[in-house]
Amino acid sequence: MLEQHLAALPIILPLIAAPLTLLLGRSILSWGFATFVSGCASVVAWQLLLAALSNGALSYAVGGWPPPWGIELRIDAANAFVLLAVTTISTLVLIYSKDSIQKEIEAHKHSLYFTAHLLCLAGLSGILVTGDAFNLFVFLEISSLATYTLVSLASDRRCLTSAFRYLVMGTIGATFILIGVGLLYMKTGTLNMLDLANRIAPYESSRTINTGLAFVMVGVSIKLALFPLHMWLPPAYTHAPSAVTAFLASTATKVAVYVMIRFIFTIFGVEHVFHEMNIDLILMALAIVAIFKCSYMATVQSNVKTVLAYSSVAQIGYMILGISLVSVTGLMAGLIHIFNHALMKGALFMAVGAVFYRVGSVDIKAFRGLGKQMPLTMAAFTIAGLSIIGVPLTVGFVSKWYLVTAALEQNQWILAALVLGGSLLAVVYIGRIIEAAYFQDLSDTLDPNDIKEVPLLMLAPMWTLVIANIYFGIDTSITTEAATSASEWLFQNHNLQEVSP
Amino acid sequence: MAEFINLALLAMLALTALRVIFLKDLFAVVMLFGIYSFLSALIFVNLDAVDVAFTEASVGAGISTVLMLGTLALTGRTEKENKHSSVLPLLVVTVTGAALIYATLDMPPFGHPDNPIHQHVAPRYIEESPKEVGLPNMVTSVLASYRGFDTLGETVVVFSAAIGVISLLGFRRREENDTPKSGLKEHHVLRVVAKIIIPLIILFALYVQFHGDFGPGGGFQAGVIAAAAFILYALVFGLPLAFAVISPKFLQVMASFGVLLYAGVGLYSMSQGGQFLDYNKLAADPVAGQHYGILIIELGVGITVFAVMLSIFYAFDSQVERSNVQ
Repeated sequence: MLEQHLAALPIILPLIAAPLTLLLGRSILSWGFATFVSGCASVVAWQLLLAALSNGALSYAVGGWPPPWGIELRIDAANAFVLLAVTTISTLVLIYSKDSIQKEIEAHKHSLYFTAHLLCLAGLSGILVTGDAFNLFVFLEISSLATYTLVSLASDRRCLTSAFRYLVMGTIGATFILIGVGLLYMKTGTLNMLDLANRIAPYESSRTINTGLAFVMVGVSIKLALFPLHMWLPPAYTHAPSAVTAFLASTATKVAVYVMIRFIFTIFGVEHVFHEMNIDLILMALAIVAIFKCSYMATVQSNVKTVLAYSSVAQIGYMILGISLVSVTGLMAGLIHIFNHALMKGALFMAVGAVFYRVGSVDIKAFRGLGKQMPLTMAAFTIAGLSIIGVPLTVGFVSKWYLVTAALEQNQWILAALVLGGSLLAVVYIGRIIEAAYFQDLSDTLDPNDIKEVPLLMLAPMWTLVIANIYFGIDTSITTEAATSASEWLFQNHNLQEVSP
Repeated sequence: MAEFINLALLAMLALTALRVIFLKDLFAVVMLFGIYSFLSALIFVNLDAVDVAFTEASVGAGISTVLMLGTLALTGRTEKENKHSSVLPLLVVTVTGAALIYATLDMPPFGHPDNPIHQHVAPRYIEESPKEVGLPNMVTSVLASYRGFDTLGETVVVFSAAIGVISLLGFRRREENDTPKSGLKEHHVLRVVAKIIIPLIILFALYVQFHGDFGPGGGFQAGVIAAAAFILYALVFGLPLAFAVISPKFLQVMASFGVLLYAGVGLYSMSQGGQFLDYNKLAADPVAGQHYGILIIELGVGITVFAVMLSIFYAFDSQVERSNVQ
């Protein structure tokens, strides 16, 4: 029975589990239950990816109403690939959070934390799985509200202003997307993505549809923190609880990048967006500025979480750069970097959370001498950091390799050089932290006997991600196959009726 | 005539919005927001969208006004001086407005029957839904059945909002007699009027809840109206007594239960061999199944919305009372 409902399960499981988690109340029970459900969702996501790679696409008509009258869930290689990353990271972060939140979230709020995490997961999975533009907005609302809640849960009071800022910006972004979808509906009378695509195509440069495109692009750009609309991100990532930052940094913005890809490639069409409206030029310019400006900002911060937050904005620049190349290889590089960056940033923020767990601060001064005191945590940080830089044998190298290949395919030598130049800045901001950890002595205020390794439940998920960083850096067959077929799939045109439910 | 009314209403809407921008007295701003919502509700009525108008009136003018007043009680009623430069925001707003006007240039003619929105999916809703779903109110058919997954999502949005508010504000720990002055006990007229009117509001909420299949209404509006009855009770008789009637903990259970009831219908239809939320499988006769399904999911929506609205009010009000005690 579960086989036929596979496409709906990534949404239904966390959606039903969230209120149950609230009812469970006691922290340990709600933790176990939430982790179990998230784990089930990642198994489902893996099955979906295999099915999408062998069959092309799966369609699921919710309520038994055929699209476009009802809401369709639609799995293809592109969303199954991102879904696998999101659900896996969610599970690992939940395992990690059991100990991590003890120091960062007040005890009576723990079950609220797990509930909000599951709601966020349900929302993100919904955005990925749905084939309906308005349904996407509904799930965007769920994930956004849950995200604001998660950010505001930290005991550090500064998280409240960050969460408020995030809420204001996020709401503007969501409203813009809604206005855009509304304008499209006005011209087409449909909300199903493939149906929208078919009915938008006959219009030649309609002002209403072009404005719709503009609103959607700006709205999604706020959500994915594209420079210069990224100002909400660094404070939110800095002041949120570490487990939350690890989860959001590796999932929320990535899902927004997916939304941008979906709107460009599936709904509006490459021809319209890139060849008529020339949005690729705008995206490319913004991506390059993001890479350099925000990598530079990362080198001058003293709070390590802020360093990594700015680094995230820069890394999003690489994804957008891949999209803006308008080629199968470029899009593939963007997609594979979504997956790979989730692995790197997840591990990095988990390591930073581990430092906070023991030292109580994430300032770069707090990292001094930790190489000796917390060898496993700092080794994890170092390997994931090398991956951000793009050192061979890590996933970061794979991403950069395909990005440079895509640039060289079009003889864009300057672009390829810029990608490599961005890595040099990453050497600086990661290097500063590693230097403090390994070549400086523990600060005098700390007792060396207090600063020891963190509990196993924090180390295990962190190292799982680190090993994944190396494994997928050496054996690239799985990720490249998934990303390539997703990219090829997105470049083809599809009709609504081609897949039988 | 309809056009003239629309124009007049839209002009009033614009005036209200302008007044909101320039007023510094936030109490008056909240009242103007209420007026704004009622004006929008009237426009929706004029567009024959009575379900939307009903929601706008009960949520926009009703419950949000109460919640905003609750916020004012915590923060004070005058706007702070804004020191930021307003050049950039003004530019952004102007560009956005210009883009929206630009979009209208190729807009289909207003209200024309040949427009895409009337020609593509809508005809099936109008022609087939009486046979397929069997409800006289087609809006409910679309909302609860054809696009029932969206409505489940919206219910979860409401639930998420409650999680957010509870985690930020929490509830006051219940200690007897720590707030001697809660409610309006000395106002005898208010107490008597409240006692008479509260049962009627609840009765009306139940009518809206279960009549949503036939006329305007449904779980969202009913939940809000029922919550309004309990909010009135809490305002007049004080929070401790309201907690004794429905405790915050119980409201959390109710909010969860509503979502679970809705999703449970989906799971049950899956166990009967249908897709998620396929109400046709709920009974031997598909139309009867649709009817049961919509009735139950609307109930789930109503329970969650009621519990969430009241929870949010509780959370605000216990903050107000806490700050009064200190």
